[in-house]
Amino acid sequence: MNIRKPSARAIAGLALFAALLAAPLAAQLLDNAHLLTVATRMTVMAIAAVGLSLVLGLGGLVSLGHAAYLGVGAYAVGILAHHGHASGWMQLAVAMAACAGFSLVIGALSLRTRGVYFIMVTLAFAQMLYFVGVGLAPYGGDDGLTISSRSGFGPWLPLENPYVFHVVCVALLAGVAAAIHAIGRSPFGLVLMASASNERRVRAIGYQVYRYQLVAYVVSGMVCGLAGVLLANLNNFVSPSMMHWTRSAELVIMMILGGTATALGPLFGAAALIALEEFLSGQTHYWQAALGVLLLVAMRLARGGIDGLLAGGSHGR
Amino acid sequence: MTLFLEQTLNGVQLGLLLFLMAAGLTLIFGIMNFMNLAHGSLFMAGAYLATSLIAWTGSFAAGLALAVAATTVLGLALEQSVLKPFFGRHHLDQVLATFALILIANDAVRMIWGDSGLTIAVPAALAGHVTLFGEVSYPVYRCFIIALGLAVAAILYAVIQHTRVGMIVRAGASDRETASALGANVPLLFAAVFGFGAALAGLAGIVAAPILTVQSGMGDDILILALVLVVIGGIGSIRGAFVAALLVGLVDSLGRSYFPALLRVFLDPATASSISSALSAMLVYVLLALVLLLRPGGLLPVGGRA
Repeated sequence: MNIRKPSARAIAGLALFAALLAAPLAAQLLDNAHLLTVATRMTVMAIAAVGLSLVLGLGGLVSLGHAAYLGVGAYAVGILAHHGHASGWMQLAVAMAACAGFSLVIGALSLRTRGVYFIMVTLAFAQMLYFVGVGLAPYGGDDGLTISSRSGFGPWLPLENPYVFHVVCVALLAGVAAAIHAIGRSPFGLVLMASASNERRVRAIGYQVYRYQLVAYVVSGMVCGLAGVLLANLNNFVSPSMMHWTRSAELVIMMILGGTATALGPLFGAAALIALEEFLSGQTHYWQAALGVLLLVAMRLARGGIDGLLAGGSHGR
Repeated sequence: MTLFLEQTLNGVQLGLLLFLMAAGLTLIFGIMNFMNLAHGSLFMAGAYLATSLIAWTGSFAAGLALAVAATTVLGLALEQSVLKPFFGRHHLDQVLATFALILIANDAVRMIWGDSGLTIAVPAALAGHVTLFGEVSYPVYRCFIIALGLAVAAILYAVIQHTRVGMIVRAGASDRETASALGANVPLLFAAVFGFGAALAGLAGIVAAPILTVQSGMGDDILILALVLVVIGGIGSIRGAFVAALLVGLVDSLGRSYFPALLRVFLDPATASSISSALSAMLVYVLLALVLLLRPGGLLPVGGRA
């Protein structure tokens, strides 16, 4: 984007950020605390979707298991809090280390495969972590684990205050989106994108494509882990269901709904999907079917997602 | 020893049930190069249709046959109406389209059959237990599942290895373009493969119904295990899916019964019992990881594939 001629996409992106920042104000004015919770959830899920975009958007690798890292990050908070370790720095460090470890092993295995295989393998390993969560009897198993207090970052960052928590989430989203945008412009991002369009050629030039993809996979797993830490704090609750594969599919839907072309796409997608879920679940008991029908229609009509529409529909994959 | 035999039988039974799912799925991936997540919904559709059709006909056998036919028709209708535009599109589009179908199917069964789970009684002819190997008392119905699974596997083997249709299917699985250039009718082949996959998924759902609860979303988790089978066996390979089915079934059921005991050798009993169920759930996926490390193309890959 350049300053003289701001694109529709840049304006929409800024408008969305402005709307997210204005959510606490709107919640206050309308006396509607639920509005703020929804806005925070949009922000947190947008962080996860931006994380996924590194692998799926830039790398062209259809990972259908990223909700697992959301769960790993959330469980790191839940388990530590359960044992009385409320320090936010410690929880964050453990969550990041755990996500890096899991995504390194799972990524190293999955990236040996391509295409349909890659989709199935990421799906399978994520489902493994889901079943591990179900089997974790000391931490609630299937029923999940309630967290008594939010992560502690000292008196100057009281996350217990929903307004403070929301602003922290929006700031983190801005930071993560900017970082992913920068990665997309970097030599690293270029190799990743090139390997998505023609892997054999990139390899012939002499790049170790596997290593680039693995680094991207680990970074994206850790970003999802960060979103998991925030999600655990938002809900004060973790359960295996946040790792179920249908959750991973929702993340992919957010990516696609928003378009895979730029770092802003996932933000639109996350906001759109959550807004749609909120709206539909208020209208009908069978809102998931309604969502499915809308999704099918959208898949037939707009191939570049919302982001592609804003860019003039020129963003094919 | 009794436990070992019983768990082995359970493993074989689980494996053969999964094989019914995976046999169609592996061909849909291999021949159509189509990422079908909605296969689990056909499993669910089979089970739900069976509850109504068995009640309507009053006979398990007739209900089963009608439900298989109905699931096949449903699968073909889906293929022709909704899924066809997504053939040849990016896998991502296929993932989302079939996921949308799952959302619709899970709510559709709740609209038709209600929110609470249903059950199918084990038919009287297959009720009770038999004594096997002189010491294991095993439910007749589970023996029926094993026999049915083996029969389907044998029929599939005969059709695929020894008939002209099977030859076209094998050719399509190993190289679709060449097969079509040599005159295979691809749209017909696609419809046949999808309908056949739907029939087997429906059959799996129906025979599993008396040992599971028939409920919305029942196909979502079994789909993942079927995908694991497809990857372990090698995409497009029915023989591979069969071997993988037995392996996965045995690893899962023997693992769940013996792994906790093994853990107690290394850990104190309290720790072992608290983490054993979490760890035994991982065994199938460890098997998947091993296969990916040692034979990334699957155990019995179809010729012509890397």
